[in-house]
Amino acid sequence: MATEATTSTTTGGAPAARSYWHITWRRFRGHRLGMVGLCVVAVLFLVAFLSPILANEQPILCRFDGGFYYPAVVDLVHQVPGTSLIIQKQRPYRLATFDFKREFDPERGDWALWTPVRYGPREIAAEPLAGPSSRHWLGTDQSGRDVLSRMVHGTVVSMKVGFLSMGIAVILGLVFGCIAGYAGGIADLVISRFIEVVQCFPAFFLILAVLAWFPPSIENVMIVIGLTRWVGIARFARGEILRIRETDYALAARSLGVRPAQLVLRHLLPNALAPVLVSVTFGIAVSILIEAGLSWLGFGVQPPDASWGTILRSGYENLFTAGHMIPPACVAIFLAVLSFNLVGDTLRDVIDPRLQAERA
Amino acid sequence: MLSYILRRLVTGLVTLFGISVISFFIIQLVPGDPAQIQTSQIADAAVSERVYQQLRELYGLDKPIPVQYANWVGKLVVGDFGSSFHDGRRVSAKIGEALWPTLSVALLSFMLTLIISTPIGIYSALRQGGGFDRSVSTGLYMLYSVPNYVAGMLLILYLGVKWDLLPFRGMRSDGYDEMTTLGQMWDLAQHYVLITFCFTFGNLAYYSRFIRQNLLEVVRQDYIRTARAKGLGERSVVLKHAFTNSLIPLISLIGLTLPFVLGGSVILEYMFNWPGLGRLYFESVLQRDYPTIMALNFITALLVLGITFIADLTYGLVDPRISYEK
Repeated sequence: MATEATTSTTTGGAPAARSYWHITWRRFRGHRLGMVGLCVVAVLFLVAFLSPILANEQPILCRFDGGFYYPAVVDLVHQVPGTSLIIQKQRPYRLATFDFKREFDPERGDWALWTPVRYGPREIAAEPLAGPSSRHWLGTDQSGRDVLSRMVHGTVVSMKVGFLSMGIAVILGLVFGCIAGYAGGIADLVISRFIEVVQCFPAFFLILAVLAWFPPSIENVMIVIGLTRWVGIARFARGEILRIRETDYALAARSLGVRPAQLVLRHLLPNALAPVLVSVTFGIAVSILIEAGLSWLGFGVQPPDASWGTILRSGYENLFTAGHMIPPACVAIFLAVLSFNLVGDTLRDVIDPRLQAERA
Repeated sequence: MLSYILRRLVTGLVTLFGISVISFFIIQLVPGDPAQIQTSQIADAAVSERVYQQLRELYGLDKPIPVQYANWVGKLVVGDFGSSFHDGRRVSAKIGEALWPTLSVALLSFMLTLIISTPIGIYSALRQGGGFDRSVSTGLYMLYSVPNYVAGMLLILYLGVKWDLLPFRGMRSDGYDEMTTLGQMWDLAQHYVLITFCFTFGNLAYYSRFIRQNLLEVVRQDYIRTARAKGLGERSVVLKHAFTNSLIPLISLIGLTLPFVLGGSVILEYMFNWPGLGRLYFESVLQRDYPTIMALNFITALLVLGITFIADLTYGLVDPRISYEK
């Protein structure tokens, strides 16, 4: 395999040597709307990851009482799980009671490089339910927290739920799909029946039914969405495996004595991934939608944490006094769903060989 | 044909059995039962415990789960869904009340979807790649990506609150009973506008695209060329020969999506304070009202299975090429 890869790079422009994913990417780049969608997805992802240095009540870099501190940067590092064991904020920023804005004293030589939005998502910064102003661009919510900061931090929730819940769904879906598709027989019968049963429930009913019995939290939301959405992926994977295992190269691998597990993992699965990827992209959009909906209903993210759904809910509860919270959350949800749908649609066009033949 | 129907009925029953078992066990196995919720307000521990035990006995929760399940099925066979744990009313009565609000919106929205998207689909298929096709499909695609509850919030905010054009809470205004018949109808109609729109607009893109795609596939068939070759007018070719033949997948699509209208409606019904099935389900879940939850789960599953079955059968009526003999 390794030698093959190096020869293909040395021959350079030879089209036949390009990998499947390389070709797919090249075709994807030709779709303008798909690329726009991908860019929006990338921006959302960046906003989510950089949220601590985009909106924070503590500064990126500051001089305070003679020392230098960078509390927001530590928050940023903490976005990577496990790093809080290695790096901690310096005192006094670690203390929950410490309010830098109040202690800030320019005469002592203090200065600060603030984040673009100077308010944290939980910080009570101003009058409740104030409309947009130069200090709070999107106004404040019912507790006087900055809506823009909450929107930025809500992105983290949406992206996390979107990707992690689909991660769970993909793992379950591929495992069961491969077993059903390759083993056939009783295993296939049982799994297919089970898939049918799960698909008979409207997903939202099922999610509500399960969530009602667990304490509401985003972890539970992710798990439940993952547990209800794997069936679609399993069906795709099963279909693809069924198709691919009859191909000549699968037969060749089998006659060479490749063991079933290796055959599935090395030869069948990689070729079945493309349609799965399409369904995952749409799945992320759906998960984001479900999370916002659940948070709106009060089953998802719990106050004081922010999510697009809870912001929408605050707007709904204060319809007559604070409509300003609704449009930003709506736009964010719409953009996220639209961009993932665009990417998914483009991927499907790019991957589907039938469409390609039509265009040629 | 008969053996096909029998086979489908048997597998359908097995699936239904599986669904009911799974939902029954999910509901029962997880901690927190209705008796506990209802007694959580009682301060005196001894009284609370005694009432708790009595309630469990009343609801039959003290028996082993398989026995409870058997009891449930036994009652179901004679069409009895039991009484609500929350307010003691018959579950069938509660569902009966909530059925019409949900069903009427669903049917209205379906009719609107078909009435609007069929001409759009046909016209864009005929002018494939033209200005109309492209602009309409882009516009509808954007609409399709607007989640219905997001649209609902915006409509409530602007049409309902800011411009005060349409009502958005419940089905009727206060003082409905004092209105004249005409006034009552006008009031009801106004309440239907926003929620029906929210259910409809997302489907428009999906359906018109679907109709367009199917028509495009049919138009390439030989018999369409034959119809054109024998000198039929374009109108007759498209509407009589092409469109009728593109109906088969449409039937299955309608069959597949109709039951899910119920499930997708929890947020919207809650948002519009609409007394339908989705809201009933949500409230029952909050109250741990097992009989109502089970009944709704069962009815939805029955609907999904039943409608797919009917859709499969109607293929044969629409398309004589489909045979049910194996």
